[in-house]
Amino acid sequence: MADATQAPKRHPRPISPHLSIYSPLVNMVMSIVHRLTGVALYFGTLLLAWWLIAAATGPAYFAFVNGLLTTLPGKLVLLGYTWALMHHMLGGMRHLIWDTGRGFNISTVNFLSWGTIIGSLGLTAAIWVGALKMKGLL
Amino acid sequence: MNAILRPTPSPTAAKIRTPLARARGLGSSKEGATHFWRQRVTAVANIVLASLLTFVFVKLAGADYATVKATLKNPLVSLLLLLFIASGVIHMRLGMQTVIEDYVHAEGRKVACLMLNTFFSVIVALTSVWAVLKLSFGA
Repeated sequence: MADATQAPKRHPRPISPHLSIYSPLVNMVMSIVHRLTGVALYFGTLLLAWWLIAAATGPAYFAFVNGLLTTLPGKLVLLGYTWALMHHMLGGMRHLIWDTGRGFNISTVNFLSWGTIIGSLGLTAAIWVGALKMKGLL
Repeated sequence: MNAILRPTPSPTAAKIRTPLARARGLGSSKEGATHFWRQRVTAVANIVLASLLTFVFVKLAGADYATVKATLKNPLVSLLLLLFIASGVIHMRLGMQTVIEDYVHAEGRKVACLMLNTFFSVIVALTSVWAVLKLSFGA
């Protein structure tokens, strides 16, 4: 009876295998990348807010911010931002399809997962090529 | 009333709700499907808004100040931006909440992170909205 007042003795319980034990599968990698791009876009909103504030502040400060964004590191950040947005958007569409209960057989899952990464790279390239062509830089 | 239409109680607020509120069919998480549903509604809105705004940003990439200002003053562009800020910030706050709840288990630290998440989201939203409105209505 005295035992009832004591905390039950803890035994080490078997734990289920976690990420590190599986070889990477495309849908698993895309799931991880979906979360990472989501977190990146979360902090990336600071960039959008900063750029909008610069535009609202005046020509001098806008020139400063625009100057930073058009340097090579700035362009690489914007390129990464574009890809993260496209990847997260396509990954999200994949989830919206799954939310309807469709697309759960293995071949469809793999197709949608490959579609997410290939589509995101394709859309990023299309946006940047389009932008450069529009400016007559390509 | 549909559970989806209820305001989202914060995880902390959920604990201090009355038994009646808990009994209203919102499940053990005290908020039913609200989080899930809002994430989907804003996701669909973001697809439309981000796609349209991509054209604006492509046009403005490397443009001079006068062009940027004139474009952002355009009512259609301003409204698209305001909608995207609202929908985007709700979406990102919900997403980050899930990430925090998945990885931060110590109660105090978790509550602090969830608060910071809300503060960050509100600050980003209001500064962006302020900038858009200043561009729209400012001299």
